[in-house]
Amino acid sequence: MTTPLKFIEWPSPTVDGGTRNEAALAFDGGREMRLLVIPPLFEEANKLRHLLVEVLRRLDASGIDSFMPDLPGCNESRAHLAEQTLDGWRTATAEAAEHFRASAVLTVRGGALVRPAGLPGWDYAPHDGPKVLRSMVRARIISSKEAGHPETREEIETRGRTEGIALAGWQIGPEMFAALETAELPPPETGVSVLDQETIGGRPLWLRAEPDFDAAQADALAAVIAIAMRDSV
Amino acid sequence: MTAQVSPQSDETGPARSKIDSTLRAILRDVLGLSEERAAELTPDSGLFGHLPELDSQAVADLLTEMEDRFDIIIEDDEVDGDHLETYGGLLALAEAKTVTS
Repeated sequence: MTTPLKFIEWPSPTVDGGTRNEAALAFDGGREMRLLVIPPLFEEANKLRHLLVEVLRRLDASGIDSFMPDLPGCNESRAHLAEQTLDGWRTATAEAAEHFRASAVLTVRGGALVRPAGLPGWDYAPHDGPKVLRSMVRARIISSKEAGHPETREEIETRGRTEGIALAGWQIGPEMFAALETAELPPPETGVSVLDQETIGGRPLWLRAEPDFDAAQADALAAVIAIAMRDSV
Repeated sequence: MTAQVSPQSDETGPARSKIDSTLRAILRDVLGLSEERAAELTPDSGLFGHLPELDSQAVADLLTEMEDRFDIIIEDDEVDGDHLETYGGLLALAEAKTVTS
């Protein structure tokens, strides 16, 4: 039996201490096994969304509920990305874990940087803050050179830290920029394992210039999660 | 008695054919090419500026992936337009970096 995919809202904490409704994609059958998915950051979220939705569909068929919230400022969110901070996102994912009564968490790529503590689960191909920034700063260097007004990495970094900067179309605020420059992956936690691309097989979809999909990877990722979640109940 | 001499490629870094095959594999992943299409890339095959899907972010990700797989650091000022425009240019960059690193 399958559950319909729904877009639902959840109360995300805001920087000023209030809450704002953010969207989440959900398969909620009120079941015991409930997976929270923290998507990748920025452009990689778009590249992996198709794969992740298909993973959630497969988990639904295996009797697992799942919830993939938008990080504030991303996807359907009406919050300004430039005002978001990495710590703010950490507070938001912790709130989402509680709101959806998650029993496990899957983080994807840079999503590992904002993994809520205290839940078992998986970090799929995690990478740290400097790696996230390196490519985005490089993209800006290449495009400004193309546009005929070259900038150096130092210029971009200084501006990023002091006033914030647009990197490949993403408005990164100064706090977010500075936090990403040093953000390390969270320390290993009991019950959290790293899934690398070799385990899943196929080609890394975040590398594709055009968003792509691979059913075999969705099968593999869903199988790893479903088997472990069923065993733990 | 003959001395056992390692092939020269072991002393100067990865063999050129190995660099070439790794770079083809990266482009295969980035562009979603089949094995056959990736094998058909020639030094003149056009990349940045020739393929619409290869925008600045995709090229940046490609360079970062080269850093990871070749275990090198590519400084921003080492990359010029010629390196990105064709497969041969990119291969020259990979070879120069893997030999000197």
